[in-house]
Amino acid sequence: MIGRETVSSSGGTVQRHGRRSLRRFLERESSLGIILMLPGAFLLMLFMAYPFFLGIWLSLTDSMIGSIGQYVGFRNFIDLLGDSIFHQTVGNTFVYAMVTVPFKAVLGLGLALILTNRMRLSNPIRAAVMMPWIVPTALSALGWYMIFDPVFSPISWLLRSLGVISKNINFLGDPNLAIASVCLANIWRGVPFFGITILAGLQAVPHELHEAAAIDGANAWHRFLHITIPAIRGIVLIAGLLSIIWTFADFQLIYVLTKGGPANMTHIFGTYAYQIGLSATDIGQGAAIALYMFPILSVFAILLLKYLRRE
Amino acid sequence: MVGSDTPARRILNIYLPLAFFLLFLLFPFYWMGIVSFKPTNDLFEMKFNPFWIQRFTLENYLYLFQNTAFPEWVKNTLIVSVVSTAISLVCSILIGYALARLRFPGSSFLGVGIFLAYLVPPTLLFLPLAQIIAKLNLYNTYWALILTYPTQLIPFASWLLMGYFRTIPKEIEECAMADGCTRMEALVKIILPLSTPGLISAGIFCFTLCWNEFLYALIFMSSGPMKTIPVGTVSDLIKADVLFWGSLMASAVLGSFPIAILYSFFVKYYVSGLTAGAVKR
Repeated sequence: MIGRETVSSSGGTVQRHGRRSLRRFLERESSLGIILMLPGAFLLMLFMAYPFFLGIWLSLTDSMIGSIGQYVGFRNFIDLLGDSIFHQTVGNTFVYAMVTVPFKAVLGLGLALILTNRMRLSNPIRAAVMMPWIVPTALSALGWYMIFDPVFSPISWLLRSLGVISKNINFLGDPNLAIASVCLANIWRGVPFFGITILAGLQAVPHELHEAAAIDGANAWHRFLHITIPAIRGIVLIAGLLSIIWTFADFQLIYVLTKGGPANMTHIFGTYAYQIGLSATDIGQGAAIALYMFPILSVFAILLLKYLRRE
Repeated sequence: MVGSDTPARRILNIYLPLAFFLLFLLFPFYWMGIVSFKPTNDLFEMKFNPFWIQRFTLENYLYLFQNTAFPEWVKNTLIVSVVSTAISLVCSILIGYALARLRFPGSSFLGVGIFLAYLVPPTLLFLPLAQIIAKLNLYNTYWALILTYPTQLIPFASWLLMGYFRTIPKEIEECAMADGCTRMEALVKIILPLSTPGLISAGIFCFTLCWNEFLYALIFMSSGPMKTIPVGTVSDLIKADVLFWGSLMASAVLGSFPIAILYSFFVKYYVSGLTAGAVKR
């Protein structure tokens, strides 16, 4: 460490000494490191760690909004096991998170393979395909809300004009179609994330590798299988795990499109916790619903962490 | 790709699939755009082709500015986004620097902790957090969002900046300190200017997330004109009433616009930031 004498003309010896030791304290890696962590750590403790533990406590009480309740043990969790809407919610969430991810990954890979080619206007095109991912989801969901409208849907209009259907499709009102519709909107939002992430991975593959393989007689499909896929396997896995976690814990897309309906056929953990915890003011039960996500999310988080460590 | 690229093959392999993707990814925005410029009556006119505008109007936008609290929502969203972005950037620069450069007890443990914090979804926390916001008397104030948003921003921004700081050679900083700079002076005068692309990516990331956030804004800031654009649009303009389609879409278009512009200008920075922060590490 470099110590430097600070000589202030007016300061007395004591003050100078104090300032110097403070300075030495700040120059020491161990103390400075901890000080630099403090502001962020404070916010994370107060508004992330503390509510997490408070949530565990709430889930063990019969609290309603505005009144702290009594400790009831695991009753909220046990009650949910017998709640048919909760069963539906768990099923929906798994469909919503697991079915959409392969579609997003495959379409995203396709998009990345296109974008990696040299072409004119590549920056504006990249910015354009990013749009579903970056604009406010609640607002773009309104676009889908209208596309899925029973009266105004452009999809229904097109199919009707072509003579494929005679009656408009009720995308969000039909209990069986609703989950497929929200999945479609979710896939739409997630494709650019996979696309841009995989694109970054593709660009890290040395061009010479492809050229050498081409000289050795490998065709495009073989090069794809034996060079491209191994090179991006890691990044696809990371993007997939992140996407599962985010989709699992989603809220806004479903809230805007269906609010969990019709007949609870599109409720996921987030929207059901909102309905029970805030709309029905049963905040203890709501906290329990949200906490049921925790073990599942932990599994994916640990997988992600293990994989990143190995890399 | 390697190989003989005839124009016909390029069209078949690249431009045709690209056209499909652009159609799929941009159609909802096109639809929002044209509905926002149509008179409401035209929506009901079944003989009109709905994919085009027959009669152009700005009445939906005028309605939005004159009859709704939209201007207030813009102001609220801007204030909250700018202040939480600033707070998050400062915290993340400090954390990113500490994790990238300093050895201190518990640093690797804290690094993993920050990464895990990135994975904690708001849906897990919003109910207890609502209690805390009520206890602190922050309901319906800007502070409710300004203080809670950074928890969603700091983890990723710290990792991104940490990755960036590590790409800067240690020697530059050591030279500055040999010349009498303190560590903090070296950070501000040497490291930060060299990390401009990383700072821009982190800033865009934070600002976008604040601008787009929905769940916390829906719960913590939701009465009267104290709403953000997404919450105001969804809760005030949808009244199970067809009359509002035009202005609903106008609000969605205007609310998405600043983010779209921001990305169009900085897409290069963003992708390079992602690459440096997330891929190379």
